[in-house]
Amino acid sequence: MSAASQQFKHDAERLTHDLRHRLLIQTALKKYEVARDSKKSRYQDWQSARQTAAEIKWDAVNHLDTYLEEFASKLEARGAHVHWASTSEQARQIILGIVREKNARSIIKSKVMTGEEIHLNEALEKAGLTVVESDFGEYIVQLRREAPYHFVFPAMHLVRGEISELFEEKLGSKPTNDPEELMMIARGILRNKYITADIGITGANFAIAETGMISITENEGNARLTCALPKVHIALMGIEKVLPKLEDLALFMPMLATAGAGQALTGYNSLYAGPRQPGEPDGPDEFHLVLLDNQRTHLLADAEQRDALHCIRCGACLNVCPIFKNIGGHAYGTTYQGPIGSVITPHFRGLQDWKHLSGASSLCGACTEACPVKIDLHHHLLQSRRNAMARYPVWWERLAFKGFAFLVNHPVLAGLAPPLARVAQRFHPLIKRTPLDPARPWTRSRELPQVAKQTFKEFWRSRKR
Amino acid sequence: MKITLFIPCFVDMCYPHVGVSIVQILERLGHEIDYPEELACCGQPAFNSGYWNETRPIAERVLKRLKDAEVVVIASGSCGAMLKKFYPELFATTAHAGAANELAARCYEFSDFLVTRLGVTDLGAHFPHRVTFHDGCHGLRELGNKKQPRELLAKVRGLDLVEMSEAETCCGFGGMFSTKFPMISTAMGEVKCTSALETGAEYVVSNDASCNMHIQGLADRQRLSLRTIHLAEVLNSR
Amino acid sequence: MSERENIFGRIREALRVQAPIPGAHAASNGTPKAHTVSEAEAAKHIPEWLPPVGETFEQRVELFRANALDLKAEFHLLNGPSEMEDHLRGLAATEGWRKVATHSGELTDRACAALGLPLITTDANYDVRELESCDVGISQCEALIAQTGSVLVSSRSSGGRALSILPPHHLVLARRDQLVPDLPTAFALLKSKYQSDYPSLISFITGPSRTGDIERILVLGAHGPKKLTILSI
Repeated sequence: MSAASQQFKHDAERLTHDLRHRLLIQTALKKYEVARDSKKSRYQDWQSARQTAAEIKWDAVNHLDTYLEEFASKLEARGAHVHWASTSEQARQIILGIVREKNARSIIKSKVMTGEEIHLNEALEKAGLTVVESDFGEYIVQLRREAPYHFVFPAMHLVRGEISELFEEKLGSKPTNDPEELMMIARGILRNKYITADIGITGANFAIAETGMISITENEGNARLTCALPKVHIALMGIEKVLPKLEDLALFMPMLATAGAGQALTGYNSLYAGPRQPGEPDGPDEFHLVLLDNQRTHLLADAEQRDALHCIRCGACLNVCPIFKNIGGHAYGTTYQGPIGSVITPHFRGLQDWKHLSGASSLCGACTEACPVKIDLHHHLLQSRRNAMARYPVWWERLAFKGFAFLVNHPVLAGLAPPLARVAQRFHPLIKRTPLDPARPWTRSRELPQVAKQTFKEFWRSRKR
Repeated sequence: MKITLFIPCFVDMCYPHVGVSIVQILERLGHEIDYPEELACCGQPAFNSGYWNETRPIAERVLKRLKDAEVVVIASGSCGAMLKKFYPELFATTAHAGAANELAARCYEFSDFLVTRLGVTDLGAHFPHRVTFHDGCHGLRELGNKKQPRELLAKVRGLDLVEMSEAETCCGFGGMFSTKFPMISTAMGEVKCTSALETGAEYVVSNDASCNMHIQGLADRQRLSLRTIHLAEVLNSR
Repeated sequence: MSERENIFGRIREALRVQAPIPGAHAASNGTPKAHTVSEAEAAKHIPEWLPPVGETFEQRVELFRANALDLKAEFHLLNGPSEMEDHLRGLAATEGWRKVATHSGELTDRACAALGLPLITTDANYDVRELESCDVGISQCEALIAQTGSVLVSSRSSGGRALSILPPHHLVLARRDQLVPDLPTAFALLKSKYQSDYPSLISFITGPSRTGDIERILVLGAHGPKKLTILSI
């Protein structure tokens, strides 16, 4: 068991006992489901829309070299700088390089999940910069010095009382139970940061090859401000985010909003085609786009699981996952939580250390059903289990299954099981729920079924006579 | 017709009355039952744990024995999914690929068989109770059997079906998952039990005995007044 | 070898094996669907699947109105520039506007002349702090989109990047003929208008700024404008 695996088991166990936490996420996600279903029902044919979205992404990812090439050259033609990073370290160095060149002191960020992935904030802070998260949820978790809980709703695990206490402690504000007042406190502080920041750093939800633009989806307007006021704009984006055509957004913008947040469209969907152009009155003088690989090409090479790169990071799979709903986002210990996180993390960070995530699933398939781009999520978890056992088999488990197969294929031996089980059943109460109980994983919280007085095979045989 | 019955291991050992009910229902409809006694398991436990090589010997034997079956009726959604959806996966790049695909076409989960293949929904059953239905994930999402159980229950006299809000939510069994991550499994089961209790139903009906095993095991430990019952048993009640 | 070349090398190597086409795995009824990916085919159908929009101006305006209400944006359909001027003067009085930000344009020029309030324009270099202290940002737009209740703005048609996002109230002046039915039409409009010489910012604004980050409770005015008013003239 890897350290990550042990930590996961420990955290998951602890969190299943935290009934307050379970109730909180389940209530929040119930609201999401209601909103999502109402918006989905407005579509004329949601299933066909999903199929088309899946096909567009298939085209994009399976011709990634062509589209990336087109995208980069069109963006560069408008004066943007395009940088290429194979690893997290390279991406950090590129960004630090730009920051130092500009003698920057302060940075304002909108939500960048790839930034979390490469631990960007840590690197910037170590280099002496002030980094402020402008997305309200990210701002809150930044103050708490914790990771985002959910890659769409970073502060989902907190109630207003906790946020108020946090603000009182860190910002010296007055206690309040009113969500609007809490918002205003943050808004007031952040307003000045936009105006004074030297550099704005954002992510990107999509990149359009046809026109050389990045697209950013948000509700708050913090990304719009991050891209409007500072003199330098740096965007960090995974290489897989490319879409072929501008009008593809007519499908992806609404589907991202509906699946991700139960909205018809989010508040701001903005396309950035470069730094400010001649004749434009404002906007950054420089625009840098950093393209990140960081093992995405590794996932690309796995043709069976390649469609995981179609992900538009909507979070729908998290929202419907019964495991997520009971353990929450922090337990995963990853940048990307939930089913998609469990699928991609072994590729990004190594199968050996992260294979436990594919085991922590009942393979119910709710995620695959919810995915707007039809990623075969739960089957990938099954495939990951197969891949993990092929490369890192657990010897006694493999032996046990070999034994099981032998037993099953030898009916005479298999026929011994029921009488033996009946005997064992009689003695079981003596050791039930104790450390000696072989069925303890089950019996610690559930009663065992009883072996029938007459099994079906025994009934069938008695019928034949 | 001659129907070959596939009985899951836990139905055989712990819930034989489910199998007996199915036999009685199908015989009453005038069909002949063939039961391959030598088949004990579909191999899903090994398959779901990632040991596909260790699963193939089991599955090959199943393929061989069912090769000449006219039609195969499976008494659970999870084994049904194994034979119909996952055997083709398991054998995809092997010599048995054709046989697996061919078998898949002849396999039906029990409720699907009655409604889709036989076109029968009224079995003359009488079960005067309020019930709620739990959709086992394999049957629901791998096999798409949402409507069939409900069409059958609609014809049961005296039965009052109340849907629970979490009908389609996984009960938490997930095979080995229930013992590898027991507390997550239990938490999921609690959500299911709470939802079922909210309907005021006397029985939770499912077409997957393994789900029932998990829900009942939890209900018994927590002393909840929930009784689980298999769809076949309800349909066989007179 | 540059990193760019390394990355492209790995991409090409990876893509030598084809991945199954989506939906080929299985439809929900268990039967695999044979599918050929034709992008032009797929894109053609998008308007058929997104929520339906009416054929006539009246239907579209009603849809826009309903959407705006839902989004908590103010929408008024006015008959001509003098009604616009009256409406604006009324708003200025009710809201107590002291300073206005805008850009020059056919409708905005008339609007500001009618208001007669101290104003700053964002057509050329301007002071951000001055913009920040304005009560309202008045802009024109590229289009209004009935299907989603959105306002389409750009850095070229709407006074730059900050005007429509920094002041606490964003007021949009649109002509009637700027109402388009849906998102596909909006993108087609951008393409035909700009060819490939695009503004550096294009934004679909759908309602005032909002957040649900606190217990999923909706709060308006997160960072962008708390109020969004749209006048169709």
